[in-house]
Amino acid sequence: MINYDLVIIGGGSAGLAAALSASENGVKNILVLEKNNELGGILNQCIHNGFGLHEFKEELSGPEYAERFATKVKEDKNIVAKTNAMVLKITKDKEVCYSSKEDGYVVIKAKAIVMATGCYERTRGAINIPGSRPAGIMTAGLAQRYMNIDGYMVGKKVFILGSGDIGLIMARRMTLEGAQVLGVAELMPYSNGLNRNIVQCLNDYNIPLYLHHTVKEIIGKERLEKIVICEVDDKLQFIPNTEMEFEVDTLLLSVGLIPSNPLLEEIGCKMHPRTKGPLVDEFLQTSIDGIFACGNGLHVHDLVDYVSKEGRLAGENAARYINGNLEKDYDIEIKAGSGLGYIIPSTALSKKDEQITLKFRVMKPFGVSKVIIKNNGKVVKEFKKLYLLPAEMENIKINMLDFEAGTIEVEVEC
Amino acid sequence: MKSLICITCPRGCHLEVDDNMKVTGNSCIRGEKYAIQELTAPKRMITSTVRIESSNQRMLPVMTNAPIPKDRIFDVMKELAKVRVKAPIKIHDVIIENVLDLGVDIIATKSIIE
Repeated sequence: MINYDLVIIGGGSAGLAAALSASENGVKNILVLEKNNELGGILNQCIHNGFGLHEFKEELSGPEYAERFATKVKEDKNIVAKTNAMVLKITKDKEVCYSSKEDGYVVIKAKAIVMATGCYERTRGAINIPGSRPAGIMTAGLAQRYMNIDGYMVGKKVFILGSGDIGLIMARRMTLEGAQVLGVAELMPYSNGLNRNIVQCLNDYNIPLYLHHTVKEIIGKERLEKIVICEVDDKLQFIPNTEMEFEVDTLLLSVGLIPSNPLLEEIGCKMHPRTKGPLVDEFLQTSIDGIFACGNGLHVHDLVDYVSKEGRLAGENAARYINGNLEKDYDIEIKAGSGLGYIIPSTALSKKDEQITLKFRVMKPFGVSKVIIKNNGKVVKEFKKLYLLPAEMENIKINMLDFEAGTIEVEVEC
Repeated sequence: MKSLICITCPRGCHLEVDDNMKVTGNSCIRGEKYAIQELTAPKRMITSTVRIESSNQRMLPVMTNAPIPKDRIFDVMKELAKVRVKAPIKIHDVIIENVLDLGVDIIATKSIIE
């Protein structure tokens, strides 16, 4: 058995930031395990720009952002990064089993683990689109990989379901490469993508966005031939006689991302019912001692800059844990009150002089509103907000000295 | 009065521009610049890929090193389709110099060693 102080599972934006910050905080013996053939994770296929405005104060493409972190990791003497290394199993005692062509099957004993496993895309099965099952239906991120990494054109006449950022980015990408994108349908009455992407990916190329619409039927034998979209009412039920047909050979699905956590689920880690990531305390430690989580494997982020930041926090706290300066102790439960979809972390320790960041998403869009933080039912803090959107993660810093044991509840009021 | 959404950064400020080209609603100076440019001569950055000969990569991500006129986007895409490069490539190597005389270079956004 090989010993490492810290093993980081995943060499994407969260894992690389965690490795660098653990090294900065004195951990000498760090292993990063990445299943792909290069570091950087999903950033490598996100060739568009717009990354790094917080992190580097400039606008970078995905590969540029990844390369900055990967270069630092490769130069860091405390970090070993292995690619083509697939982690198959972890245990509660922090053993990590991975397999790679170079090393074979390897078991490692770690003092701490940071999970930076990213997320996966919801598929056709997750949203139950009826109809036949021809070729030409795939998730937007998969199409992005085919085009930007493998160099395959995935279709000529395209429709996109879901107006999340990946869907919008792919609408533009396919258009630029010569495909005809006939439209984007969004189930909700509002888009989940950034406003700038609606402008520069759809409006720039006159691609219509059908809000409150979804795909009702899929027609095609070998290859997709036609789709039928339909308007939905406030209960998201089809409205009769609002059907529209589109002759397309490709349907891209951009219908949500789910944190990928089979390794944690297998060892009985407590999971968050809403985010599908693990439950964590204010140090991003999971219910299992010495196992930390960050990035899109913990909860899905809007911006990679925030992922890097969270990765650093996990790396720093893993270092504290390894050095014996982190107790797993809490007396506060943090709850998502009315208006909130979820909140992270789930637990914290009261009455210590430590700033922590509460991260949450609202369930539906709000105009001018108040974010209220309650401690055992008593209002401790209030913030005014001009608007709140489900697509935008909110961050609020609080000092734990202001809070007593019991519960913290965050809610939104109009 | 015209309404625009700023695309300079992910914040996406809602801008208003009056008849004297006075911009409001922006949170930074770049919003004002964007609004005036968008209403006079709109420009966009292009990000795309070109084919590369390499032992482990098929595509090289590239982008313009400055925004180009919006109505020339598809002309530039046609130029990119013609390009074949060979590894090694270093990040920010110039792939096409002064593409279509627009005064803008196409640069690599990734290093590909072999």
